[in-house]
Amino acid sequence: MAVTSARQLDAAALRAQFPIFEQAGGARRLAYLDSSNSSQKPRAVLDAMQTFYETSYANVHRGVYELADRAAAAFEDSREKVRAFVNAGSQREIIYTRNATEALNLVAYAWGLENLGPGDVALVTELEHHSNFVPWQLIAERTGATFAAIPIEGGNHELDLSKLDEIAKRGQIKVLAVGLVNNSLGVVNPVSELAAWAHEQGAICVVDACQAAPHRPIDVQTLGADFVAFTGHKMLGPTGIGVLWGRQELLQSMQPFNVGGGQIRHVSLEKTTWNDLPHKFEAGTPPIVEAIGLGAAIDYLNEVGLESIEDHEVEITEYALGRLGEIFGLTIFGPPLERRGGIISFDLDGVHPHDVAQILGNEGVAVRAGHHCTQPLMKRLGVAATTRASFYLYTLPEEIDRLVDGLHRAKKVFA
Amino acid sequence: MAFDEMYREVILDHYKNPRGHGVIEGADAEADGQNPLCGDEVSIYVQFGADNETIEDVKFRGRGCAISQAATSMLTEMVTGRKATAIAEMPRDELLEEVGIPLSPVRLKCALLGLGVLKVALHRAKGTPLPEEWAGMDELKLT
Repeated sequence: MAVTSARQLDAAALRAQFPIFEQAGGARRLAYLDSSNSSQKPRAVLDAMQTFYETSYANVHRGVYELADRAAAAFEDSREKVRAFVNAGSQREIIYTRNATEALNLVAYAWGLENLGPGDVALVTELEHHSNFVPWQLIAERTGATFAAIPIEGGNHELDLSKLDEIAKRGQIKVLAVGLVNNSLGVVNPVSELAAWAHEQGAICVVDACQAAPHRPIDVQTLGADFVAFTGHKMLGPTGIGVLWGRQELLQSMQPFNVGGGQIRHVSLEKTTWNDLPHKFEAGTPPIVEAIGLGAAIDYLNEVGLESIEDHEVEITEYALGRLGEIFGLTIFGPPLERRGGIISFDLDGVHPHDVAQILGNEGVAVRAGHHCTQPLMKRLGVAATTRASFYLYTLPEEIDRLVDGLHRAKKVFA
Repeated sequence: MAFDEMYREVILDHYKNPRGHGVIEGADAEADGQNPLCGDEVSIYVQFGADNETIEDVKFRGRGCAISQAATSMLTEMVTGRKATAIAEMPRDELLEEVGIPLSPVRLKCALLGLGVLKVALHRAKGTPLPEEWAGMDELKLT
């Protein structure tokens, strides 16, 4: 494990700040190992949203009364928090969406439809979540571009970068869509290296950072990508809000994805012109209170410290890899600890993941079973589904122990 | 739900020793289906009798959780010897009673996968009505 100067977090103490964990005590208390699906929320986030509704709520960027000003100011304060969180150069580059899927669709439609055509290649990876895969497949189909995916290699299920030269021969690569941390196996992709390669090809690089932003520091200025998408609900925030960061010059050059209220400068029968960034891409009343909640979540993450969170997850993941490794008949997918996020996907011989998850669920252990929105990857692994345990700042070693106990129980039932 | 109810012996028995497991080459009716939530897959093959109406033989293959595979196994026993029109109209509760365990909405989809695929197969071969809840499955073609 990497030795860093980050202060060690006290997961048990943090846990006490999450109301969900106060529920149902005793032996069936919740072991929540499904944070990469969605995280739980600290009281600070819930309180911030409640307080905003009770004291400062009005629509934003529309009213001229004091309350509306206050609401708009708080909404934009949250945007500043998001900007600082990913070290973007300007608030104009931070676009609120409903979720990361919408953010990625925004790029595919607003940039892809205009810039792709026959002879071009839209390149994704076999590790992509459907949300960074299907939009490009659809846009390629619409524009006559070629759709391709960087394959994974068999051993650790990491991207096989030796195939890049071969892929480059298939046409003019115009876009590379890649995740920072893969959601189903936890593979950490070498995104900076890939973004540099994409730029050499004359392509843009679109990064899905959903599984990274909640867990490790991100600096969009050093990452090298052109667009970065992430979602609020996986990083202690509410559902209904996502973020797209994009390079200002690209965002400027693009037509809007959604059009209507709030994103226009002037509308007439003859012509409509667009509002400034970021509002150009934020049609309709935005998720105002969700933005406040996301801002509060970022405050919370900053207070705990992303380095500390990352260290804690490395520690928990190492412990979990060790404990799961003790179970005969259990196969773990994905890379070694050094190149893995806080996610472990596995197969338990002879027991379908759905049954594993059901038996674990009956023991109060929450995991995800399924294809994790990565069907092409599942096909590649030769499985229909996997069982996935994922960790966060509130994960305790004893939750891993309960996972292991539950897996032994599953083996016994299906023996 | 009590733990033992879910994986009662009969379910595990059908899962481990599925009845009607296999493929009928040149089947009179067949269809594939998938439960997109968990990736369970079932293919069903039907052979009609001399009257071209009675299900003489039915086989399935698939991969998936114990509930989906056991329920399909039970289904093959239930429908053999019955007429296609009767199975097209067979209410899902008839199968669920046989499965006999309380199921959450997600697991319900697992348990009903095989029945849906069978109804699609009969619909395609015989034009029997396909209730709306299974209509979407008719568009699926697994590769």
